[in-house]
Amino acid sequence: MSDLRVRLSQNAALLTAIAIFILFYVFYNMNHPRGFSVAVLIQNSNEVFTLAMVAMAQTVPVLMGGLDLSVGAIMTLVNTIASHLLNGSPAQMAFGMGVSLAAGAACGFVNGCIVVYGRIQPIIATLATGAIFLGLALFLRPSPGGNVDDDLSWAATNDLYEIAATYGYAQDGEATWFQPIAWIPVPLVLLVLVVVFIWLPFSRSVTGRTVYAVGSGEGAAYMSGLPIDRAKIAAFTLGGFFAGIGGLYLTLQTSSGNADIPQAGAYTLNSIAAVVIGGTSLLGGVGTAIGSVFGALILRTISFNFRIFEIDPLMQPLFEGVVLLAAVSLGAFRVLRVKNTLELFR
Amino acid sequence: MTSLPQDTARARFKLGEDDKPIVMSAAFILVILAVGTVYTLYTQGTATLLSPEYLLQQLQVGAFLGIVAAGMMLVILLGHIDLSIPWTIAAGAMMATTVGGPMAIPVGLGVGLLVGLVNGLGVAYLRIPSMIFTLGVNAVMRGLMVAHTGGFAPQTAATDLMQYLAVGKILGIPVALMVWAAVSIIVMLLLQRTAVGKSIYAIGNKEAAAYLAGVPTRWVIVAAFCLCGMLAGLSGTLLAGYSTKAYQGMGDAYLLPAIAAVVIGGTHILGGRGRYLGTLIGVILIVLLNSVLSIMQMPESGRQVIYGSVIIVMLLVYGRGQKVTS
Repeated sequence: MSDLRVRLSQNAALLTAIAIFILFYVFYNMNHPRGFSVAVLIQNSNEVFTLAMVAMAQTVPVLMGGLDLSVGAIMTLVNTIASHLLNGSPAQMAFGMGVSLAAGAACGFVNGCIVVYGRIQPIIATLATGAIFLGLALFLRPSPGGNVDDDLSWAATNDLYEIAATYGYAQDGEATWFQPIAWIPVPLVLLVLVVVFIWLPFSRSVTGRTVYAVGSGEGAAYMSGLPIDRAKIAAFTLGGFFAGIGGLYLTLQTSSGNADIPQAGAYTLNSIAAVVIGGTSLLGGVGTAIGSVFGALILRTISFNFRIFEIDPLMQPLFEGVVLLAAVSLGAFRVLRVKNTLELFR
Repeated sequence: MTSLPQDTARARFKLGEDDKPIVMSAAFILVILAVGTVYTLYTQGTATLLSPEYLLQQLQVGAFLGIVAAGMMLVILLGHIDLSIPWTIAAGAMMATTVGGPMAIPVGLGVGLLVGLVNGLGVAYLRIPSMIFTLGVNAVMRGLMVAHTGGFAPQTAATDLMQYLAVGKILGIPVALMVWAAVSIIVMLLLQRTAVGKSIYAIGNKEAAAYLAGVPTRWVIVAAFCLCGMLAGLSGTLLAGYSTKAYQGMGDAYLLPAIAAVVIGGTHILGGRGRYLGTLIGVILIVLLNSVLSIMQMPESGRQVIYGSVIIVMLLVYGRGQKVTS
C-alpha cells in the first residue's frame, strides 16, 4: 500500500497532467455541437500529433538539464526534405521517409556533438544550430510547396480503415476481425508505437538512465562511471529523431513543405510549455516524455475549446497566454511550503 | 605562491579570461569589414563600408538592438533570461503611439517597466524558471496587444519627439546612437560602480551565497528584470519612431540577436561572468555582419546559416565550458 502511495507521489505531475487533459477533453466533447464523433477525434489527433512529437523531442534534452531551441527548426527542415521525397514508387517513398527521419536524427547528432565536444551550453548551441537548420530549410523550399503522394498522406492522416482500404489489407478494411479497431485514428496509433517502441526502451536503457542521472547531478554521474558523453549525444540525437517524426508527419498532413520561421519558433516555444505542463523539471532529472505528450494534448485541447465556444478570435491569444502562464505557475505552490529560505535557491 | 619569471612574463601577454572574447570579437569585426570592403571594391569600385556616414547609419540601426541587448545582459548575468522581449518591444511601441502627445515616451517606458516588474516578481518570488515564466508573459502581452489593436497595425502614428529620437541627427551624429551611448554608460556604471551591479554578478555566480552574504537577492532580480523590460520598452518606442508607427510582430527580430550579441560578447549564458564592453562589441558585430550580408545580396537561407555558424565558431574559440570531472 505504501509502495503504491510512493509511486503515486512520484508520478503526481504526470497524473495531474492526464487528469487535466481528460477534464478538458471531456468538457470539449460534451459541449461540441455534434457531440463525440470519430471524425472529430481524427481531426483532433491530426492536430495534436506534430506538437506531441516535438514536445517529446524537447523532453529528452530537458531531462538532461539542457534545452533544445532547435526542435522547431529540425521539424521544419525535415518537413522541407520530406516534401521533396514523398512521392514515386513505394520503395522511393520508403526511402524518402528513411532519409527524412535520418536527417532529423543527424541534426540532433550535430547538436549533441557541439554540446559534448565543443562544450558549449545547450541553449546557446541549439540557438545557433537552429538558425543553420532553418537556413537549410529555406534553401530547400524558398517558397511553400511540395509534391506528396496523395494515397500516403490520406492513409496516414485518417483512421485505420482508410489505411486498409487504400492499400488493400484485411479485405479492404471490411474483414470482421478488423472492425473493432478500424475507427482508431492513425496518428494515435503512431503515437502509441513511438512511446512503446522507442521512448520506453530508451528510458529503461543504461543510456536513458544516464540522461536522468546527468540531469540530477552531472558530477555524481561522472563519479559513478556513467557514460556521460554518450548519453548527451544520444539525448540530442533522439530529440532530433522525434522532431524528425513530427516534421515528416507535418508533411503528410499538409501535403507540402514550408520553411516557415515563425512556425518553427512557435513549435519550439510550445514544446517547452508542453514539457513543463507535463511535469518535467526544467532543471533536469525529473519527468518523462509521456508527460510531455499530455502537455501537448492539454495545450491543443485548450485551443479546441476556444473553437467551439466561439470566443472572439481577437481574444483567443490573450486567453491562451493567460492559460499558459497559469499552467506554468502551478509549480509555484512549492514556494509556499518551503520553510528554509535557502531551499528556494536550488 | 611565488611564480616563476617566465610565468609572469607570459601572464603579461596573456589575455584575461574576460578580455579574450572582446578582443576576438573586435578582430572579427575587422575581418567582416575587410571582407565587405573587398567585395564592394570588386563589384562597385567603392569602399562604401568604410565611409563614416555608412558606419554611422549602421550604428543608428544597431542602436535598437543595442538597447535591448543592454537590458538582456543584466538578466543573463543573473543566470536568467527574458523571452518576453518581442512583445514588450511591440507593447511599448503600440502603447506609446496610442497615447501620443508628451506622455508617449513615458508610457512606452512604463509599459516595459510594468512587464519587467511582472517578470521579476514571478521569477524572484514565485521561483518559476525565467525561461518559462517570461515565455508565458510574452504570450499574455501578445494577447493583450492583439485584443487592443484588433490584430492589425495600429493607425496611430509616432510623435515628433519619438521620430526625432530615432532618426534625428545632431552635428551629423544620429540621436538614436546618443540614446544608446547614454544607456550604455548608465548600464556600465551600474555594473561596475554600484552595489546593485556587484550583487548581480554575485547572484549569477551563486544566489544562495549572495543571500547568505546579506544581498537582498529577490529585490535585485526584480530590479534587473524591470530595467530589462524598461529598456525593451524604450527600444520599442524608438523603433516606432523610426518606422513612424507600431506594427504587429515588430519585436520578433530582436530576441535571438540580443541573446547572441550578449553571448558573443563573452557573457556566460549561465550568469555571473561578462563585461558590458563585450555586449557592445557583440551588437556591433551582429549589425555589421547583417549589413555586409545584405550588401552581398545573400539570400535569407545563406544568412541564417552564416549567422548560426558565426555564433558557434566564436563560442568554440572562447566560450567553451569546463569539462565535468568531479
